[in-house]
Amino acid sequence: MTQVSMTVNGESVSGDVEDRTLLVEFLRETLELTGTHVGCDTSQCGACVVHVDGKAVKSCTIFAAEAEGAEVQTIEGEAAPDGTLSTLQQAFQDNHGLQCGFCTPGMVMSAKALLAENPKPTEAEIRAYLSGNLCRCTGYHNIVKAIMAASGQDVSSIAAE
Amino acid sequence: MYELNITRPETLADAVEALGHDEAMALGGGQTLIPTLKQRLANPETLVSLTGIAELSGISRDGDMLIIGGTTTHAEVASGATDYPALAALAGGIGDPAVRNRGTIGGSLANDDPAACYPAAVLASGATIVTNTREIAADDFFEGMFTTALHDGEIITAVRFPIPQKANYQKFDQPASRFALVGVFVAQTADGVRVAVTGASEEGVFRWTDAEAALSADFSPTAVDGLNVSADNLIGDLHGTPEYRAHLVKVMTKRAVAASG
Repeated sequence: MTQVSMTVNGESVSGDVEDRTLLVEFLRETLELTGTHVGCDTSQCGACVVHVDGKAVKSCTIFAAEAEGAEVQTIEGEAAPDGTLSTLQQAFQDNHGLQCGFCTPGMVMSAKALLAENPKPTEAEIRAYLSGNLCRCTGYHNIVKAIMAASGQDVSSIAAE
Repeated sequence: MYELNITRPETLADAVEALGHDEAMALGGGQTLIPTLKQRLANPETLVSLTGIAELSGISRDGDMLIIGGTTTHAEVASGATDYPALAALAGGIGDPAVRNRGTIGGSLANDDPAACYPAAVLASGATIVTNTREIAADDFFEGMFTTALHDGEIITAVRFPIPQKANYQKFDQPASRFALVGVFVAQTADGVRVAVTGASEEGVFRWTDAEAALSADFSPTAVDGLNVSADNLIGDLHGTPEYRAHLVKVMTKRAVAASG
């Protein structure tokens, strides 16, 4: 067992966990922050993307011990304390950027990382950045549209189909 | 994940000592190793995480060499290797953004996946792999699929890249894995041209010496027109036959020469 300590969504947290504990397991099982999803568990699908020290990572492919001392942000930190959705979350809702919603936490966290480094991405840049986030419902179209809308860009030029 | 121990040394000396024990294995960014452990394709008792060792990370310039620390991530190379744009572009095309934020150059080279991108850059550049005990020339480092000259417990501390006059990497993506179905790195230096091919061979990354000779005489895409790539020992799987990969080697080489800046 190892004690791990980190900051998650601005709060200091710690826990005694087995060394083999993955960051996503620490978040979901120890901290009970179940917004971060495990899709594939093989680092393909991106449902588990969180930010570690400001960078998007797949939390199923990093041990909790490797995030010792880090600043972690998860989907639970996106909305305001009163439940008001973030700009990105609202854009996903407004543009129907989700259907079943399973991939959405990872999509939002990847999109947030993209907009932090590239505030006005092109459609092609958005699609390239989401190459590690799989969605089986939407065909990606409305996700791309939501991210463009969240970045303050006109989405009327994106074809409806 | 099966039960294991993780140590996080903060100095190279402590990491070397920890790796001296049986059943210990180095953990870089873990983007290949952690999925491998989940599948029980490797099962070390102890993982020695190298990413907490500050001296192993970073990019620096020494004369005409670019030196990249062993635990430098693909994302850091993509944004920081501005003195070697072809290398930066290669790093920016590995995996996906989240993988690039964790995966390391040392981890990629030590693993030596036959379809990984970095081995092509290292071999075409004639780079030197620096470990905690010695320096290994690229031509002596890669020994076949998932096999390198590294000894047990040896740690890649840095990679020294001579910066070429012109270089480019062209990758034909396998879109599901985002590894190279075939990738070709072309580098032109004062000593001639080197061409390294990844993704194609059962024996891992290799130099296409016929193309090197042709391109050293005439650095243009048409210089390789008369050459043929043998399909012998090339990889055949559901994504492509050996003959298809042989064809791609030539096409990617021509594209790399055309795009070399």
